[in-house]
Amino acid sequence: MELIQNLVLQGVQMLVVLVLAPGLTGLVRKVKARLTRRQGAPILQPYRDLARLMRKEVVLAENASWLFRVSPYLIFAATWVAAALVPTFAVGLVFSWTADLIAIVALLGSARFFLALAGMDVGTSFGDIGSSREMMIGAIAEPAMLLTVFSVALIAGSTQLSNVVGFMTSGEIGIRVSAGMALVALVIVAIAENARIPVDNPATHLELTMVHEAMVLEYSGRHLAMIELASSLKLLLYVALIGCIFVPWGIAAPGAGFADLVVGLASFLVKLALGGTMLAVFETSIAKMRVFRVPEFLGAALMLGLLGTLLLFVSRSL
Amino acid sequence: MTASDALTAVLVLPAAAAAMLALMPGYRASAWGNVAASFLTFAAAASLFVLERPEPGAFLHIDDLNIVFIVLNTFVGFTAAFFSASYIGHELEIGRVTPVNLRFYHAMYQLMMFGMNLALVSNNIGLMWVAIELATLTTVVMVGLYRTHEALEAAWKYFILGSVGIALALFGTILVYMAAQPVLGEGQPSMIWTNLMTGAASFNPAMLNVAFVFLLVGYGTKVGLAPFHAWLPDAHAEGPTPISAVLSGLLLNVALYAVLRFKLLMAANPGALTPGPLMVALGLISLVFAAAMLYRRRDIKRLFAYSSIEHMGIIVFAFGMGGPLANFAGLLHMVMHSLTKSAIFFAVGSIAQIKGSQKIAEIRGLTQSHPALGWGLVLAVLSIAGMPPSGVFMSEFLVVTSSFSQMPLLTLVLVLGLLLAFGALLMRLTGFAFGEPSGQNAPMYGSLAPLWLHMALVLFIGLHMPQAMVDWFQTVAALLG
Amino acid sequence: MHDYAFDIAHLLASSLVLVSFMLIYQDRIYALLNVFALQALLLAFAVAWQAWIQGAHHLYVSAAIALIFKAMIVPWALHRMVQRLGIQREVETVVGVVPTMLVGMGLVALSVLLMLQLTEAAESAIAREDLAFSLSVILLGMLMMVTRRNAVSQVVGFMSLENGLILAATGAQGMPFVVEISVAFSVLIAMIVIGVFLFRIRERFDTVDVEVLDQYRGERQ
Repeated sequence: MELIQNLVLQGVQMLVVLVLAPGLTGLVRKVKARLTRRQGAPILQPYRDLARLMRKEVVLAENASWLFRVSPYLIFAATWVAAALVPTFAVGLVFSWTADLIAIVALLGSARFFLALAGMDVGTSFGDIGSSREMMIGAIAEPAMLLTVFSVALIAGSTQLSNVVGFMTSGEIGIRVSAGMALVALVIVAIAENARIPVDNPATHLELTMVHEAMVLEYSGRHLAMIELASSLKLLLYVALIGCIFVPWGIAAPGAGFADLVVGLASFLVKLALGGTMLAVFETSIAKMRVFRVPEFLGAALMLGLLGTLLLFVSRSL
Repeated sequence: MTASDALTAVLVLPAAAAAMLALMPGYRASAWGNVAASFLTFAAAASLFVLERPEPGAFLHIDDLNIVFIVLNTFVGFTAAFFSASYIGHELEIGRVTPVNLRFYHAMYQLMMFGMNLALVSNNIGLMWVAIELATLTTVVMVGLYRTHEALEAAWKYFILGSVGIALALFGTILVYMAAQPVLGEGQPSMIWTNLMTGAASFNPAMLNVAFVFLLVGYGTKVGLAPFHAWLPDAHAEGPTPISAVLSGLLLNVALYAVLRFKLLMAANPGALTPGPLMVALGLISLVFAAAMLYRRRDIKRLFAYSSIEHMGIIVFAFGMGGPLANFAGLLHMVMHSLTKSAIFFAVGSIAQIKGSQKIAEIRGLTQSHPALGWGLVLAVLSIAGMPPSGVFMSEFLVVTSSFSQMPLLTLVLVLGLLLAFGALLMRLTGFAFGEPSGQNAPMYGSLAPLWLHMALVLFIGLHMPQAMVDWFQTVAALLG
Repeated sequence: MHDYAFDIAHLLASSLVLVSFMLIYQDRIYALLNVFALQALLLAFAVAWQAWIQGAHHLYVSAAIALIFKAMIVPWALHRMVQRLGIQREVETVVGVVPTMLVGMGLVALSVLLMLQLTEAAESAIAREDLAFSLSVILLGMLMMVTRRNAVSQVVGFMSLENGLILAATGAQGMPFVVEISVAFSVLIAMIVIGVFLFRIRERFDTVDVEVLDQYRGERQ
């Protein structure tokens, strides 16, 4: 009985992230539009886009290989699994033993790998540029992410997200400057990974500045839908990750009752809305930086992660 | 008069003189006021020899080690002030300085003497640090006195490098305090030399080791050891010549004194690493590097500035080796170098005024045009190059023999460096002294008395070192371990 | 429960290290000066915190000096000077920012390892980590002086180095002369600032680029 209940909860989690992801993207777009005094598309527009794309015919380039066709599904699957592992409204789900921060980084890394391969597959210059830039960003963002993971893990004594959440809610943390550094580093990585301003502009198709959009330029129909959905999921994943590590309040403990679960869900929705709004405000208030500056920006995250780890080393060895 | 009065006088005289000279208009009066104050300070310092020594206080003390330094310091301070009084008037006439600048210069001179004397007699590592900082700052100001491109650049470089050095030395000082604090308790007691020396055996040795590295690099920058020497040639070349003499003859010694003090502390702790190898390495690097650099110099003050780096290298090498003989040699060499090098700079100052230039190529045939000056220079340069019978020869000879017995392989490097320097100086000297006189021939203003006085002392010590001095140096050398 | 005395000291001291990295990261003079003011402000808090937990009231003087002199007057004066003398606004680097940062990380790791090992015997955790962090700040300041070309940014590097020293001096329990040392350093800094202004480095050398100064170096023929 309990197993069934747990399985149901895990299923709910997977559904929740899938259902909410396009909504978050829509929310960010809406807020950005309002901030620039535009009406903007309704929040539900991404759902409509996805539905339309699913119905549309797939147009493939003549020299596209099987990899090009398989990649969208692989990317979507990896991202979805990763997103489903992050505690959103409850911890201690069935799969939570796999909800390891390193596993999540690895899943996202493989999604990135396939995306970059697919970008180069057709052999257009845009795709190549996009892929090479993506790899440049990834080469710094991933170590930065891992270092952040390490400092969080050193603080909490575990890389299991459920345990991290448990530690963070217990109030044992005190005042930790490394936690603050990890937060800033994680935000920078999140911005870079989700192709947001100032690293990339998700709304542009200007060849000089594109990274993510350049790679997926050749996709159409349901392939494009998969990729769009995957990037929405990725955004949600990062917001949920930052939320569950740094503002863990409201997440239901293992074996919690129905009321707690509802509270957890509600708090998750609030966190998503807040996170999305803050992202939109940040993006509106800043200008995109030149591609050559990106390594410096990400280098800051890398350095923060490194410094945070070092500081922890100091305070732990005292 | 008691010894503590004399000790106070050594500090109060320059400080009071600095205040008075700052207010005194008219450069002639202030120049001679400067001489008088320096002489009185020297007399007070010399009286410390004969008077019974006071108990070390919380701030000041006098012992066998620092009395050598303080007497030397005030003596060269006096002769340099005398030279400056005869020399600086001409600088005013040719418009290199203004009367206001000069007033400032004399006040700064006394302030610098105060800083150096305080550093030498302070019984407190914090106070010593502050005093050395003060001495450095005043010399920076004086190096920039002429306000030319080069002088400003030299002052700036000296300032920045000196500041970094002083900062590192402070960190080392803090570490020494941290090492002492568990043993001697919080606050003042842990910063007093005499306390530190008695308690040193039970300090944390690892802490002392790291502290010494910082102190050696920090104060070593001021000693002018390669590779931290970059400020030294510029500062010597661009400042007024009396200041070059004081820099080479005194300020380097003061920084060296600080290093030696901390070396004593290290030696008193059985667990701490022996500072010797570090000092030997730095000394040899400085010696060989500076000796090689002597060859391509075109500016006469720069030439002798590099020679100062070379000699500081020899001294640090000698102290690094340790042992009674090497320490004796190091002390003797330090005294001889101070006297000879400041004598050389007195000569160089007069030469630069005669020729209106510091370029080596424009200085020829001095023995013909100005025999007293020319032969004085010949004598001084031969001495500094290490020709017998000067005192420098004796001390260099002692350094070489003691290194033969302790580290025969390094002796090769040492001798190579000495020979290189010897060759370079001799090559230049023939140019300066002999041949047809060339270039400008303005009358000479600078007094030759300090030059010949210094050289007489150097020769006297070289030929016949007084037994009292030998005994005294032997005591100090034994102290240095 | 948590040792908040330690936690706050840790927070402030490590923020100083972080701000040192921010100093290396800046490429505009004005931003550099603002970040330096931030560092001096943090130093003032760190020193005041030490004064509070050690019960050493004289340290408040050092904190006040850091606050008023270094966080306000010096940045303001340098700001004015950059404006008035028309000093160029970009920070010119000898080595790129990213390699400098990496070297800086190495230095921090080095100083942390060195100092923690050294002070193993010391009983006060705060003093130990203050020493580790202050050495990091000192080394980062030196790194900044080495890798920058402009005189103003070298001066800022020196001042941040000096911030590290003050942190070390206050961390060493009961050390005398801390106030005197901060006064001495203030004099030194004032002299540097006045020196930049008085010597009109801009006027003399056209830019404060030390590279340009180097053309005048030495052997003039």
